[in-house]
Amino acid sequence: MEYSAAQLERYSRHIILAEVGVEGQDKIAAAKVLIIGAGGLGSPAALYLAAAGIGTIGIVDGDVVDLSNLQRQIAHHTRDVGRDKVLSAAEKMTAINPDIRVRPHQMLLDAANIREVIRDYDFVIDGTDNFPTKFLVNDACVLEDIPFSHGGILRFDGQTMTVVPGKSSCYRCTFRQPPPPDAVPTCSQAGVLGAIAGMLGTIQATEALKYVTEIGQLLTDTLLSFDALSMRFRRVPLRRQSSCPLCGTNPTITELVDYQQNACALK
Amino acid sequence: MINPEREITATKNLRGVNCPMNLVYTKVAMAALKPGEVLEIILDNGPPINNVPGSVKKEGHEVLSQTQLTDGAWSVLVRKSPQTPKSP
Repeated sequence: MEYSAAQLERYSRHIILAEVGVEGQDKIAAAKVLIIGAGGLGSPAALYLAAAGIGTIGIVDGDVVDLSNLQRQIAHHTRDVGRDKVLSAAEKMTAINPDIRVRPHQMLLDAANIREVIRDYDFVIDGTDNFPTKFLVNDACVLEDIPFSHGGILRFDGQTMTVVPGKSSCYRCTFRQPPPPDAVPTCSQAGVLGAIAGMLGTIQATEALKYVTEIGQLLTDTLLSFDALSMRFRRVPLRRQSSCPLCGTNPTITELVDYQQNACALK
Repeated sequence: MINPEREITATKNLRGVNCPMNLVYTKVAMAALKPGEVLEIILDNGPPINNVPGSVKKEGHEVLSQTQLTDGAWSVLVRKSPQTPKSP
């Protein structure tokens, strides 16, 4: 790709990295990344990927900005309360970097529509806030053969793993099905320290950039978790399971299902 | 004896371009070359000549010569590496 002097200056700190260089920035510009959820995780991921120059970024969310979101969902400003989250996020992304194309998908994903939405992208970031959707994203990405970054935060804890379908363990290899609704924190328990959304979402953005530039080692076959109170990070090695109902040898999940949503999910 | 000056494929005049943009322009010019081809870069005296050749070497390219010109700037000849290393 041809870069203007301004673009070379904008991306100079990528280009001077030996591992990225002009070739890596070309790959970033050609890449299409989908961010599911314009909330705590999706906000930092969207802003950093926009800044990095990912050529096409899709962002999916069906919600509007709520005042209680602003403590951690940094793509949204006070004046955005009441606006569609995808439009609020898209505005900030293009303000940071007018070179990129943002596709806002103002919708709720379900078993009937998710495959069509994700199909056009090279990499997906799961920034959703509830277990049913996390399983839906995992299943859809495995069935469509699209690598993705799983991520979740609650209270002071975060966890993330990267899945390359057919090559590394999927979310269902380890977590067979969503936890029962009574095992999921209730509203009063579902606090979260805002800054950990940035810790986790930026790890996910980094994985997307590593994937599209083909550098380093992805966080595959590994669950990375942290406890921000002690600031300890832990890596749990995972293995692909031949008994996995989705990506195993004899899969029983061959099409998508909608699990019941917890009405009081953490947003 | 091989004379690298005869092999110069392209020249990039980076007089007046500070660090690290001079490295950025060098990398863009190198990316346009084929492996083994020679790029001449003209760098200012001071931080540019003290920094850019080392960075270029770290990327696996060969610095063939550094010659100071009459105006104080430097002509640096760089041969592009057979392949760009992923992790130097």
